[in-house]
Amino acid sequence: MNVLIYLVPLALLLGFAGLAGFMWTLKNGQYDDLDGDALRILRDDDIA
Amino acid sequence: MAETLDLSQFVAHAPSGAAHMTLAVEGVACAGCIRKIESGLTKLPGVIDARLNFTQRRLAVDWRDNEIGAADIIQAVERIGYRAHPFAPERAEADDSRQAKRLLKYLAVAGFAAMNVMLLSISVWSGNVSDMTQETRDLFHWLSALIALPAAAYAGQPFFQSAWRALRARQLNMDVPITVGVTLALSLSLYETATHAEQAYFDSAIMLLFFLLCGRYLDLAMRRKTKVFAGNLASFKAEFVHRLDADGALTRVPLSALRPGDRVLVRPGELIPADGAILTGASAVDESLVTGETTGRAVAPGATVYAGSTNGSGAITLKVVAAGSGTLIDEVERLLEKAVAAKSRTVRLADRASRLYAPLVHGAAALTGIAWLVAGASLHTAIVAAIAVLIITCPCALALAIPAVQVVAAGQLFRSGVILNSGDAIERMAEADTIVFDKTGTLTLPELVADDQAIDPDLFERAARLALSSHHPLAKALARRARERLPYPGAIEESGRGVRATVDGREARLGSASFCGVADAPAAGETSCIYFAYGGRAAVIPVRQSLRSDAVAVVRALAKRGLAMMVLSGDRPEAVGPVADRLGLKLWQAGLTPAQKIAAIEALKAQGRRVLMVGDGLNDAPALAAAHASLSPITAAHLTQTQADAVFLGERLAPVLGAVVATRRARALMRQNLALAAIYNALAVPIAMAGLVTPLIAAVAMSGSSILVTLNALRARAAISPSSSAPADDPVAATDRGLPASASETGCAAFVGHDGVDQNGVGMEPVS
Repeated sequence: MNVLIYLVPLALLLGFAGLAGFMWTLKNGQYDDLDGDALRILRDDDIA
Repeated sequence: MAETLDLSQFVAHAPSGAAHMTLAVEGVACAGCIRKIESGLTKLPGVIDARLNFTQRRLAVDWRDNEIGAADIIQAVERIGYRAHPFAPERAEADDSRQAKRLLKYLAVAGFAAMNVMLLSISVWSGNVSDMTQETRDLFHWLSALIALPAAAYAGQPFFQSAWRALRARQLNMDVPITVGVTLALSLSLYETATHAEQAYFDSAIMLLFFLLCGRYLDLAMRRKTKVFAGNLASFKAEFVHRLDADGALTRVPLSALRPGDRVLVRPGELIPADGAILTGASAVDESLVTGETTGRAVAPGATVYAGSTNGSGAITLKVVAAGSGTLIDEVERLLEKAVAAKSRTVRLADRASRLYAPLVHGAAALTGIAWLVAGASLHTAIVAAIAVLIITCPCALALAIPAVQVVAAGQLFRSGVILNSGDAIERMAEADTIVFDKTGTLTLPELVADDQAIDPDLFERAARLALSSHHPLAKALARRARERLPYPGAIEESGRGVRATVDGREARLGSASFCGVADAPAAGETSCIYFAYGGRAAVIPVRQSLRSDAVAVVRALAKRGLAMMVLSGDRPEAVGPVADRLGLKLWQAGLTPAQKIAAIEALKAQGRRVLMVGDGLNDAPALAAAHASLSPITAAHLTQTQADAVFLGERLAPVLGAVVATRRARALMRQNLALAAIYNALAVPIAMAGLVTPLIAAVAMSGSSILVTLNALRARAAISPSSSAPADDPVAATDRGLPASASETGCAAFVGHDGVDQNGVGMEPVS
């Protein structure tokens, strides 16, 4: 069971990474215009 | 006269010198619109950035003030093909958006914690039935505590704060038992962990918070969506006025920038923007939106005119008076205050449930503890059993039961053209058993309609096209019927008399009888006439208020659903009688003042009736506030709209029926959901009392009941879908298919637009 010493912190770390990622997207305003982003992804005029 | 546009009120300046403005944009429907608007604007010299928020249909523009102006940007958007309206965000909206962000953060933390604690809990549960050592279990419990305690302290804030507020006001709300439950579950778990027990309830407590936060977020998201939409509508309707500055220059300013003492020019056919005294000019004003009276009132210098009335035939300048000087609006506002204060606070379904719930649950928990002690169990066993009762009954399903239905039903109403102002309006509207209609602008269309019966179509078309050059309200009604939208070149309007132009070498005149040189036709009831003479031929074109195209069918369908109906109007009896007759309504009263309307509604209330008031005039605002529930068409006066529980779009009356049907269905589902939650508790509580609840059972029961309630709420979507068994002539089913509900009353209602407000809303797709 000694493997838990790495695995548990690793699992928590991954969870935290996910949470931090979500907070970053929230702060970045990525949920402000969900309908618009769904349409913008189809645009290709930003590819030169 | 040179005319400038002053938009400074809407423009914000950054310290760097860049200007910023938000515009509400009409007509945005697809990905192409985003690209066209954004690239079209960024190409302009001086524009730094343009970003369209498609969800809210709002455009944020940043530009350098010394290179381009706000008015140029609006014009540029118009050239691209969209109508943009400067938009001043309201404080309440900004608060809501901050709160939504905060709730999302809580939700994320609770979700993260719930997942990780559950990961550890499932290991413990499976370890308990196999070979887990006590040390490992304790380690997992301590880890759970490490995650759950800070997460609960952070994510539980909305509940703890609300419970604290309620307790300080010596009241009980749903958040009090939630807080008690969560706190006890966490402290018990901590104690059990410290004493190396087999079970801890960290997962239950944190999962509970997660589900409850979902409910809160849904509730807020629904209110935000309707608020954003209402904000856009308000800016589409926002009026600009022509202000006469001291130096004689004419400036177009937004209505909200008008101050008492300002001088304002009101051209024929324009809305009068504020209460004021006439300085120069004579005209007749149409006060139908203010009083419901449809005949114009002649005014001359010195006379007082009221905001919301339409100027008739002559241009006038007026001096804006300060509010609070005994104007009509003051009278309405005074009545309004009284009506709102007197309105018996209706107890919401959820509040009623929570009032019953808290004492019941806490009583049951206490009883369990005492019963176990009496039966000779240890203090520890008794406390664990009592707390298990609290945990298992924590109102997960109960807290989701109502918001979930509200969200689904509000979306459903939105699609059928009804925008809710408040969440509990659904319940109150569903309870209505009597509908009181206003006449002008509610049963009838807000705009006049020209009647082409018995007139040569060719002659009628020429008259309609000539009417495009006139500002007169009657001519405007006629102009809407013109198929060719190009005004005749060289048409001249003679103020107060009519318009004339030379068409195909012959003179055409449209206006008063004397102006056209034809005999005066006698005025009859609600009809006014406009005269047209063209090359020896003449026509008398009746212009009248027309019933909403589906009014008869809607009234019939409402009657079929057991609703009593009556008309309360401020208009003359001669005008109200025929309308009531045509609709088959036997109860009607005419010539009522705002106070009399309230009295009539109070009388109905005294008979024990629940009144749904549908009205649009300023004179209806107090009655709307006094009624049990209220609805307004989108064309209603601003003050009236803010009093209504919901606003409906479009030129048909079908949304009223749709609202009644959908809200009744939603209320039935809310009750079902509460019953489901009660059944769940009835099953779970005995198990908890018997001391048989393990954390596993608590987790399954809690999520199971929440999912069941949410799924049941989704059934509200079916409420007024075309596939429901509605009869073919039912206007509700027809609305959903976007078909005309019934043969139009006058044959011309289909041509009447409401400044771009169509059945689908104002350039916004209904949001699902």
